[in-house]
Amino acid sequence: MHAFLKTGKLGAGAGGPSSGEGSKKAAVKKALVPWVEKYRPKTVEEVAYQEEVVAVLRKTLEGADLPNLLFYGPPGTGKTSTILAAARQLFGDMFRQRVLELNASDSTTVSSTRPDGRPCPSFKIVILDEADSMTRPAQAALRRTMEVQSRSTRFCLVCNYVTRIIEPLTSRCSKFRFRPLAQDVLEDRLTTICRSEGVKFEEGVVAAVVETSGGDLRRAITSLQSSARLRGGDVVRVSDVLDVTGVVPDELITHLLDACSANSYEGVKERLSVLLAEGHAASQVMSQLHDVVLANPHLSDLSKAAICEKLAVCEHRLLGGGDEFLQLLDLSCTAMQHLGRGA
Amino acid sequence: MSLWVDKYRPKELSKLDYHLEQAGHLKKLVEGGDFPHLLVYGPPGAGKKTRIMCLLRELYGSGVERLRIEHQNFQTPSKKKLEIITLASNYHVEVNPSDVGIYDTVVVQELIKTLASVHQLDTTGQREFKVVILTEVDKLTKDAQHALRRTMEKYIATCRLILCTNSTSKVIPAIRSRCLGVRVPAPSVEQVAQVLQCSVCKKEGLNLPPELATRMAEASNRNLRRALLLCEATKVQQYPFSKQQELVMPDWEVYLRETAAKIVEEQSPKRLLEVRERIYELLTHCIPSEAIFKGLLQELVKNCDGELKCEVTSLAAFHEHRLNLGSKPIFHIEAFVAAFMALYKKFLEESMADMF
Ligand SMILES: Nc1ncnc2c1ncn2[C@@H]1O[C@H](COP(=O)(O)OP(=O)(O)O)[C@@H](O)[C@H]1O
Ligand SMILES: [Mg+2]
Repeated sequence: MHAFLKTGKLGAGAGGPSSGEGSKKAAVKKALVPWVEKYRPKTVEEVAYQEEVVAVLRKTLEGADLPNLLFYGPPGTGKTSTILAAARQLFGDMFRQRVLELNASDSTTVSSTRPDGRPCPSFKIVILDEADSMTRPAQAALRRTMEVQSRSTRFCLVCNYVTRIIEPLTSRCSKFRFRPLAQDVLEDRLTTICRSEGVKFEEGVVAAVVETSGGDLRRAITSLQSSARLRGGDVVRVSDVLDVTGVVPDELITHLLDACSANSYEGVKERLSVLLAEGHAASQVMSQLHDVVLANPHLSDLSKAAICEKLAVCEHRLLGGGDEFLQLLDLSCTAMQHLGRGA
Repeated sequence: MSLWVDKYRPKELSKLDYHLEQAGHLKKLVEGGDFPHLLVYGPPGAGKKTRIMCLLRELYGSGVERLRIEHQNFQTPSKKKLEIITLASNYHVEVNPSDVGIYDTVVVQELIKTLASVHQLDTTGQREFKVVILTEVDKLTKDAQHALRRTMEKYIATCRLILCTNSTSKVIPAIRSRCLGVRVPAPSVEQVAQVLQCSVCKKEGLNLPPELATRMAEASNRNLRRALLLCEATKVQQYPFSKQQELVMPDWEVYLRETAAKIVEEQSPKRLLEVRERIYELLTHCIPSEAIFKGLLQELVKNCDGELKCEVTSLAAFHEHRLNLGSKPIFHIEAFVAAFMALYKKFLEESMADMF
């Protein structure tokens, strides 16, 4: 909390000189802003695909009262951007005095969260980003603060997992779920960015970025900028994108499954060692295996179900700290028992 | 006198021995004077750290090589004092937050905040930002990873993160979505052999036969660090090198192989006790438990046929995961050995019965 208060004060106090200096430098070094920040929506209207929340905020901008808000959804769907944009539009120049942006993970205990609420009266909106990493006691303390301050302050809780927020808090907020962005929305955004940044790309690049992003626009933009930067102005190729996004090349997956079909334990082991030596992540391999197994016409539904069940078990163990190689090997053995039998 | 591993570590992107295309890419990346947060991943001994240091040198010049070891103190919200060792230059700080276990959140947050709030004193000709290198990110608690999310965005103007990990499996999506992933594959066997021969032995004035270099590369599983250590140890044992020379494998690998042989030889409570002693011995010598599991599995399946191989693998995967949830590795390794013994004995008896 001390850290917050300090930085909070610093931010406001030293804001004058340093921001002046910053803008001078910014003029010289524009390129330093990552595209994710550069293309962050400046107004609520610019937020794509989340019509529901945009409608509510639009009303607020027209003068209606604002409820306490709870935004939740996967990363890169515009949660942080939306509330920041709305706050900017509401307060304009007053933004700094009226909006307190807190990173809930700054303060993980009761003692530090309570005071977070204390300066509330002077602020109009308190944004608690990543509220899901607040401890339960901290959340409970916030409950009270929210009530006490309800006249002068609106809270906006932002998080990835709504299940980690205690019920009394969620019931005090209007909940908005941010959906992963649709393919065409992503494509649209990316093409716009490419055009204004003057990125040259070969056919299929945008589609590949969209494909690998899973509806996460931040990830899509980061991959796009990264591939563009890595190529240093040359034409961006699809293979660059795949490399940057960490997708395992299809032939490696096919090789692994071939070894499974050939019923060769040694072969499978060998292929897995190669996969891991190449630095591919086991979780990524698993998710791609999943797609390939489901699409395999030679497997009966029963086999598919058995493999997928094992996949779920291994993925769970992997996240629980299990060794990548052992889990993948175990999974491949199951695949082998089903694929190899047919051969 | 330093080990070859350190002595011949390349210091510049242009001096790297392999993955040259990637080195070129990284060079282009910093040419603009800026880069996004990076997530550098790849198997152990692939040269991640070397590449990162080269990148920093490209960015800041040779000043990044003047390193100092610092003891930093932090305090948890519950007033517990923490001390952690960092390696820092004027331009960057390197820290392994998992050193403080479950308190890693505090370290990550405070470190980045202090660093980001202190602007570079002399900005002329310098970068606007400093770099924080976090190693073993996959060992970070979920809380610490969550805490990184917004911090990474908020302080991007003054601070860049380079996250270093063996695998991205345990890095949460929200962090992956904020970083440029840089995959560093292990060097191929040929590349390892090449490094041993041309970049090291030649400079040492030694003559390493190509056959031996290749054997060393294969024995070390494409892990360059292991290959270099192996090469140096082998040289100590016998020089001039000969083609057929025996490689000096680490003692523990030999010991583990013997342990596996004992398990296959006899399955009884008495033998289990003996094996337990040996595993204790390995653990007290800080051999990582997953290495023990993998080593045992590799040896044990050699004595099994198809179906049984799969069953043993499944046992290993099951118990190794359990081990990570618990706090006493010996229990789980022993449980695996016992389970294997039972399975194997049954298999032997059944195949005996079939014979008559
Ligand atoms: N719905 C959206 N409309 C427009 N841009 C978006 C949207 N969602 C994400 N973005 C882009 O992704 C970046 C990250 O979005 P952010 O709001 O920080 O995501 P999060 O939901 O994780 O808080 C923004 O800078 C913006 O460029
Ligand atoms: Mg966010």
